Amino acid sequence: MDKIATALNRFGLGGKLGESPPADPRGWLEAQFARFDPRPAAIAAQTGTPQLVTMLREARDDRRERKDEAKQDGTDPKAKVDGEPGPFRDLRDAYTSAVGARTDAALASDTPFVERLVHFWSNHFAVSVDKVAVIGLAGAFEFEAIRPHVLGRFSDMLNAVERHPAMLLYLDQAESVGPESPLAQRASRRGRERGLNENLAREILELHTLGVRTGYSQADVTEFARALTGWTVGGLAKQPLLRGPGPGFWFAAPIHQPGSRSIIGKRYGQAGEAQAQAVLDDLARHPATARHVATKLARHFAADDPPPALVARLEADFLRNGGDLKSLYRVLLASPECWQGAPKFRTPWDWTLAALRATGIKALPGRNAAGGFQQLGQAIWKPGSPAGYDDVAPSWAGPDALYRRVEVAQRIADRAAPAIDARTLAEALFPQSLSQSTREAITRAESGPQALALLLASPEMMRR
Amino acid sequence: MLLHRRQMLAAGTAALFAPRIAFAKAATERRLVFVIQRGAADGLATLAPTGDPAYAALRGDLIPELLQQPRLGGLFALHPALKQVAGLYGAKQALFAHAIASPYRDRSHFDGQNVLETGGLLPYDRKDGWLNRLLALLPRETRGLAISATIPTALRGAVQVSSYASSNLPDASQDLLQRVTGMYAQDQQLHALWQEALQTRAMAGDLASGGARGAAAAGQLIASLMKGADGARVVMVETTGWDTHAGQKARLNNQLEGLDGLLAALRSNLGESWADTLVVVATEFGRTAAANGTGGTDHGTGSLAMLLGGTVAGRRILTDWPGLGQNQLYEGRDLRPTADLDALIGGAVAAHFGLDPLRVAPGLFPGSKGKPIEGLIRT
Repeated sequence: MDKIATALNRFGLGGKLGESPPADPRGWLEAQFARFDPRPAAIAAQTGTPQLVTMLREARDDRRERKDEAKQDGTDPKAKVDGEPGPFRDLRDAYTSAVGARTDAALASDTPFVERLVHFWSNHFAVSVDKVAVIGLAGAFEFEAIRPHVLGRFSDMLNAVERHPAMLLYLDQAESVGPESPLAQRASRRGRERGLNENLAREILELHTLGVRTGYSQADVTEFARALTGWTVGGLAKQPLLRGPGPGFWFAAPIHQPGSRSIIGKRYGQAGEAQAQAVLDDLARHPATARHVATKLARHFAADDPPPALVARLEADFLRNGGDLKSLYRVLLASPECWQGAPKFRTPWDWTLAALRATGIKALPGRNAAGGFQQLGQAIWKPGSPAGYDDVAPSWAGPDALYRRVEVAQRIADRAAPAIDARTLAEALFPQSLSQSTREAITRAESGPQALALLLASPEMMRR
Repeated sequence: MLLHRRQMLAAGTAALFAPRIAFAKAATERRLVFVIQRGAADGLATLAPTGDPAYAALRGDLIPELLQQPRLGGLFALHPALKQVAGLYGAKQALFAHAIASPYRDRSHFDGQNVLETGGLLPYDRKDGWLNRLLALLPRETRGLAISATIPTALRGAVQVSSYASSNLPDASQDLLQRVTGMYAQDQQLHALWQEALQTRAMAGDLASGGARGAAAAGQLIASLMKGADGARVVMVETTGWDTHAGQKARLNNQLEGLDGLLAALRSNLGESWADTLVVVATEFGRTAAANGTGGTDHGTGSLAMLLGGTVAGRRILTDWPGLGQNQLYEGRDLRPTADLDALIGGAVAAHFGLDPLRVAPGLFPGSKGKPIEGLIRT
């Protein structure tokens, strides 16, 4: 692929209609660091985390009241809870709105490389609205924990992510109680057992930092889970003791497991919140974390099978510069592996953004965006597991997936501005790299919209 | 009745035509529907010159049954799929103009459609379209409407028009799927996925399209949007799928059945208003005189245009037939254009709305070199 085409498509989110191609592709990408806006208007207008946590409490209260009512009436509690408008309606609306804001930011962005990195990290630290508690908070998670740190340090992002209510609720950390904590002891005396939940501790080690099978043991997971107890969400619990000072992250001392911990051969004697923080700090600079992050970045920007030399370069840079993300991105920009080789198959998210940007669409109603990505197989903030969506072609290049894209291509083309000339647009999006068969298909199309649909469905468009 | 253009002009049509210069104050009762056939419709199969000695050799294998069709005016056979159009012709409500073309002389769909729609001499010469400029000459209440999601070029310009997208329009998705197949042929990964997808869809029956029924529904819808005092009076309908490079016999049959169904539904649903209606059917250019090697035809030059409706002085075929002999063809391959499409449309729409063609047509079609054709509309 040509350098300009690579900059636009592999590093960026696809060229925008009417945008003049960058004269200096690498310089154009690097200059985006200075211009990136972590809080564009559409995103700044979204409901913030504290209010969303309060809405979640209200929704849960509503749900509980409906169940109680059903019990008193002797009616079906499920019918009562599912009755419209449902208790979670406002949070669902917040989700839809946030999907729209994310999409609009990506469509309008003049810093598409950094925007792509936001999506990358949001998927690395995946939460999923499969879990009803996360529905309202998923957008705020990306907007508040990922975006502000996308050009910062890995450790800062990690700290923001693991403290965000969306992550604490998604991976059950908010419920985790130290078995010997004051609260658990009191509960035990009353015959109620409260205990540990290892989910977040495990996924931090396996997915967020070190990576799977990198030498930590089950004992390390359990010890880390004990260290993490107390990291929870304020403003949700019914008990006044666990309400906390307000809605949002809260270290709840009454549920923290007292004592020092031993994790991956190191002793952590800190008290309270500082204990798990010290573990996170060490994980953030661990060589296995450097390798894990390097591998994922290389997979995203070079090839499904990450070139070992590129991984090694990124890993060394991560360790040398303390996980400075901008420095890692500069390694990517300087690496020939990212500018050469077979292109990556676009995910549904990537393909849709590229198609919409190419046709000059700058905004999409949230409802359409949410429904559209769901139909194309990649609902926003809704991966099936905390591992996030896959970043390899076989997960996306399926017959029906391809067929749907062609259908959507026709729909987009039919609604695009009639003045768009697919012939010139194709050359602008893929300078020096448009295949003869695509060019012919476009030139021979029987109408402008059909030519545009063919361009959007072309092999060039399917990959980046 | 076959009427050669020169003969007709010589017959002195001025008496047939009384220009009305003053504009009516109230919105007009007259209705115009412009049906564009995007993709270069094959005039040589739609109204086949089966009486031309060269035709059977050029096209005989492609559409043998055309040769059995009764001839209109000695030279031409109407495609059997156009049953309703044949009826209109018999009722003096259809006029065909053959060997006709816009000023455009290359073979790009986009450029050709642009010239047809803008009325310019060259592609992208002008930004506004002739239908919009026509609206500017009609009473202010006259509503323009595009039956599509966006406003096509012919209707774009200074006058505000609306658009209405119908999902019942005969669409081109079948055609798009075929083209995607061709585009993916060289791409191992996408080719395999695509074949798989098509097979699955075919089994699921998802590919069944609306066909003639869809066209009839579209015609009904369009008619409903044109009814009553505040209905649209100038309407543009886009039809696609005419680019028949391969498998032309079946595809063109479907296309023409769709067009026939659309026109029939328009007529029956417009009711009495059909008497005040003119439908112009035109395409950007024609197709090669000879069939190609894949059971189809390639991009050509001269083609066919149709005027249909209650105001048309019909049951006529307007042509200065150039012949299909090798030395008669344009660039040795295409039907040679001997008539000016702009002159046909300009003359017809001006007279239909009671405007003076000689004054109006140059504004509608600045690219036209010929005088607007007169006598097309019953007065």
